Amino acid sequence: MNGEGNPLLTLAATFGLMSLFAVGGANSAVPEMHRVAVEVHHWLTDKQFADVFAISQLSPGPNVLIVTLIGYAVAGLGGALVATLAMCLPTALLAYGVSRFLGRSSHARWPAIVQAALVPLSIGLMAASGLVLGLASDRTWVAAMVTIGAAVAASLTRLNPLWLLLAGGILGFAGVI
Amino acid sequence: MSLAGFGGVLVFARRAIVEQHRWMTAEEFNETFALCHFLPGPNIVNLTMVFGSRFRGIAGGLAAFAGLLGPPTIIMTVLATLYARFGDVDALRRILAGVSCVAVGLLLSVVFRMMMPLVRKRDAVGLVFLLAVFVAIGVARLPLATVLLVAVPISLAVAIVMRRRAT
Repeated sequence: MNGEGNPLLTLAATFGLMSLFAVGGANSAVPEMHRVAVEVHHWLTDKQFADVFAISQLSPGPNVLIVTLIGYAVAGLGGALVATLAMCLPTALLAYGVSRFLGRSSHARWPAIVQAALVPLSIGLMAASGLVLGLASDRTWVAAMVTIGAAVAASLTRLNPLWLLLAGGILGFAGVI
Repeated sequence: MSLAGFGGVLVFARRAIVEQHRWMTAEEFNETFALCHFLPGPNIVNLTMVFGSRFRGIAGGLAAFAGLLGPPTIIMTVLATLYARFGDVDALRRILAGVSCVAVGLLLSVVFRMMMPLVRKRDAVGLVFLLAVFVAIGVARLPLATVLLVAVPISLAVAIVMRRRAT
């Protein structure tokens, strides 16, 4: 979009590469998506990024589909498709290959070690996601209180998250935030 | 199934694969999930691929992959179109602002839940790594690849050493 060749290629390269570093799932990659989409390429504003995250959480399907929305913002329908495939297909094929490979040998020890090593990193990444998105969406004290309230409610109850999201939408519509 | 997963598909996937259709035992499911969890990329997408390929090889994997991503991608694209057209409408802006505040809160609660086992085990090393990654990515805004190329090898090495010492 900003004069650096075909935006579809940029999208494919960006998300294809990013997916290989998304340790612990899509939410771990959110700060990187924000850095690339908002700070490096200026595809979206901070506020738009927060909106896009909200939409992806509201919608059915895997949370990784936030990339579909980013792709669409960059290059329309083609961008949406390319970003989604670039983010999902390479690692899916990798998982397929690794599972074939491991399927034949026993693999009792390695997963435990790798998990012990990677779990703290992926939690750190998700905490960073929280910070980046919090800075993007909580611009007032009330908004920050709503975020904290939602965090507490989701931690202490088994309420379906969808209700909390809807409540947030209603508060927003009422002009509280 | 792909459409059932508000805020994450995993719970529904488990219910359908293990409990309803008995395509996998609970242990098989957990093992496959553990494998997909430490591989990079969206876990549930990886899980689907591995799961599908158990039945019909690569074709089954790709079929499951398309089944998982197809319908929600279409919905997402429709939403993206609507957002592009109506994103500036004031009411929608306010609603989305409210939703995104809550969405951040939900994310924080997930972080909190995942952190508790580390705190309970007094896993100081793990918490240091957690904090270091948080600062590097969240505060210093360093590129993800750089941070992980440094952090993953160190964290792995530490985990191996700790394991040796424990046994």
